[in-house]
Amino acid sequence: MMAKVLLSAKGIEIRFGGVIAADGIDLDVYEGENLAIIGPNGAGKTTFLNVSTGYLRPQAGSVSFLGRDITAQLPRTVTRLGIARAFQIPQLFLDQTVMENMLIAAASLNGHPSGFRALSGLPQVSEMTRLLDLVGVGQFAGRKARELPEGQRKLVDIALALALKPRLLLMDEPTSGVASSEKFGIMDILTRALAREKVTSVFVEHDMDVVERYANRVAVWSMGKIQKIGTPVQVLADPKVREHVIGI
Amino acid sequence: MNSTLAILAVLDGISYAALVFLVSVGLSLIFGVLRIVNVAHGSFYAFGAYLAATFSFAVAPLSPWLTYPALLAAAIVIGVVCGGLIERFLLRPVYGRDDVLQLLITFAVFMIMDNLQRLIWGVQPIFAAEPLKLLPNISVFGVTYTSYQVVLLPCVAVLTLIGLRYFLRHSLAGAVILAVTEDREAATAIGIDARRVYLVTFMIGASLAALGGALALPTTSLVPGMGTDMIVLSFAVAATAGLGQIEGAAVTALMIGLARAFIIYIQPEFEVLVPYLIMVLVLLVRPYGLFGATQLRKI
Amino acid sequence: MGRRPKPITLAAVLFFLAAAIAPLFIPSWATLVALILAKSIVVLGIILLLQAGQVSFGHAMFFACGAYAAAFWGKYVGGGDILLYLLLGAVSSTVFGLIVGLFVVRYREIFFGMLNLAFSMVLWSLLEKMFSYTNGADGIRVARPHLLGMAFTPETFQYVVLYVSLLIAIVAFLGVQRYLDSPLGHMLRAIKSNETRLEYLGTSARRVLLVGYVFSAFLGGIGGALVAIIQQIATPEFGFWTKSGEFVFIAILGGGAHAFGAFAGAAMFEAVRFYAAAHLANAWQLILGVVLIVIILYAPGGLIGLRQRGKRAKQGAQ
Repeated sequence: MMAKVLLSAKGIEIRFGGVIAADGIDLDVYEGENLAIIGPNGAGKTTFLNVSTGYLRPQAGSVSFLGRDITAQLPRTVTRLGIARAFQIPQLFLDQTVMENMLIAAASLNGHPSGFRALSGLPQVSEMTRLLDLVGVGQFAGRKARELPEGQRKLVDIALALALKPRLLLMDEPTSGVASSEKFGIMDILTRALAREKVTSVFVEHDMDVVERYANRVAVWSMGKIQKIGTPVQVLADPKVREHVIGI
Repeated sequence: MNSTLAILAVLDGISYAALVFLVSVGLSLIFGVLRIVNVAHGSFYAFGAYLAATFSFAVAPLSPWLTYPALLAAAIVIGVVCGGLIERFLLRPVYGRDDVLQLLITFAVFMIMDNLQRLIWGVQPIFAAEPLKLLPNISVFGVTYTSYQVVLLPCVAVLTLIGLRYFLRHSLAGAVILAVTEDREAATAIGIDARRVYLVTFMIGASLAALGGALALPTTSLVPGMGTDMIVLSFAVAATAGLGQIEGAAVTALMIGLARAFIIYIQPEFEVLVPYLIMVLVLLVRPYGLFGATQLRKI
Repeated sequence: MGRRPKPITLAAVLFFLAAAIAPLFIPSWATLVALILAKSIVVLGIILLLQAGQVSFGHAMFFACGAYAAAFWGKYVGGGDILLYLLLGAVSSTVFGLIVGLFVVRYREIFFGMLNLAFSMVLWSLLEKMFSYTNGADGIRVARPHLLGMAFTPETFQYVVLYVSLLIAIVAFLGVQRYLDSPLGHMLRAIKSNETRLEYLGTSARRVLLVGYVFSAFLGGIGGALVAIIQQIATPEFGFWTKSGEFVFIAILGGGAHAFGAFAGAAMFEAVRFYAAAHLANAWQLILGVVLIVIILYAPGGLIGLRQRGKRAKQGAQ
């Protein structure tokens, strides 16, 4: 049985002045997979995430999600359709506590945030606690986000995206900033949680060990194009990929 | 509206615009370089006018022609001394702090200057039209007007515009100012004293406002509210042009000056409304002003 | 902001008690305290917007709107009632706030400030010049209204107005705090810290800001109606840019981070003005200007910040 296509990008082209960030990107993301995006810096990986979430408008091409065109939509519309994003540099509300950050996400998902009942009294507190525990930052729930070190902030950023109960989760270097000894642990938990909640994921990653272990497909980005796409074994064995992307 | 009234309105507009331009361009310059909205700017205008009056009364008995240098002297004293002291002791400590705080400091300066003005010069209107009377009247397309207002004032405005442009684009000092405006850290790294640049720029801006006031003295009676009105009017002109836009301020001052002059003859109740209505309409469509650069799209 | 420090709650309680009791012993304070409370309500609106990182330099327009709503009713219909005036002030400024808000919430920082200023000056110029409707610069007198059908002598009226103002001020204070603790309040603060992230959570920052803006306009209108009743007049000056500046001044003076700052700031502002006007009649503006400069240079957290710094210093010493 053919897996369902969640996200479909066709012919995406973007240039900023003289820089070509996307030169005809065609990509289908299938439901249930964990797709890794690898490639050198400046290849256009983050640009792809920006286009897929409506933050950037391509000069040509289109993106659709579950059959619906999202090319010209705003990030908040795309989010409501079911795509959540975790950022390369964690994007949190630094002056508020970790739990408050999560509850804002929960309230936002709700659709009609109250101007009267206290945030801390929302019924989603227990669920948010569970999510924070899941990524391993539960004990920081009461701390202001700005007090957390980078690695923990990354995890909160991911938890924030998960709080939105997305169909598709886009993560930009989820394990950067995390100690290498903990990377596998976190990815284990994450991929199991994603499988359980039936969340498809696309993640930009530089650590090939992580890619090898957790991705079931890998797309190689180079100079605005997808150079190769396949299973980790196929892709990581390709000599051209090894030379240009991984640098071996 | 017949042609005589129309010509009259144009002349009114031009002479008014010349004064408003001098004040607005100073405000724009200060914002462009120091990134501060100088709420006290209209107070420099008022002080320039009042001090010019004081000087005029002092020298007029000697020779009425001395009132001209008196005007200039008043502008320089206010701009350099007042402006310099304010920048050095009140603004410098708050650079880098929250914009609101910087603005509120200038608001506090405005409150102080407004009060001092009334304490020093009182609340009775002051007239000192000597300089205006010295120059002959002139006939423009059959309409008689003072040459002070339709020749001298616009000339000063145009000379100021050309002078500023030349100074900023073609002089070393101007280049230094532009360098600090563009990138303060880089400029400091190559040895430019950014603090002195800010001081000098503020003095220039304040002097321009004070010059506007001094030159306005012969054309109007000085009353306590003149600074307060000028602050928000010059801000409207500067913001509509785009804060930091020097040449744009000239165009906008002319536009608003003419619009206001015509409205006075057609529907006087809307005279005060015009600048602010224009400001609303322009900012809604172009928040960076008519001549401001549009923002690059964020990645 | 986080958890509300207990001393502030205590300070607020003491303040409201003092506001209720002191004028009973010193009658000349009744009007002064009422004015402080009324202005504090407007400043609560400024503080709301400050949470989103935005400063409105035109809030006097809602203040004037509320005042003139009451004044127009008195002039053209007659037979005013305090509650009716408050309702008129609230409704008119809320509607006005919604209309202006739809435009201004698309902008941020200085553009937000400038656009608000521009709108307020448009309103001011209409109030000042449409003589036949507004009586121009002289303003419109507001005759002493009734309350629920009862008329009062001037001596009693000042207390009636005081306690009505106090009641509304307390409700407004609690309401704003409630709001800031709610999801919408947190989202308002999120606009200041990371607007992009808020959008990426699926929420329209504009809509959140609009709700906050309309709430602040509502507060401005109520404060305006109260002041019109207290001072028995509505003048175009209520909508002039210096009045907007005064409200921002008070917010920063008190400390823009907590709702109680509105009351602390207004109390200090009006107290200084009252006493300076009494003893140094011609220099109160100068004194206030100096006070503001001192606060900004040496106590940027406002009066509330001073207390918290004192507390932290004591804790550090221990």
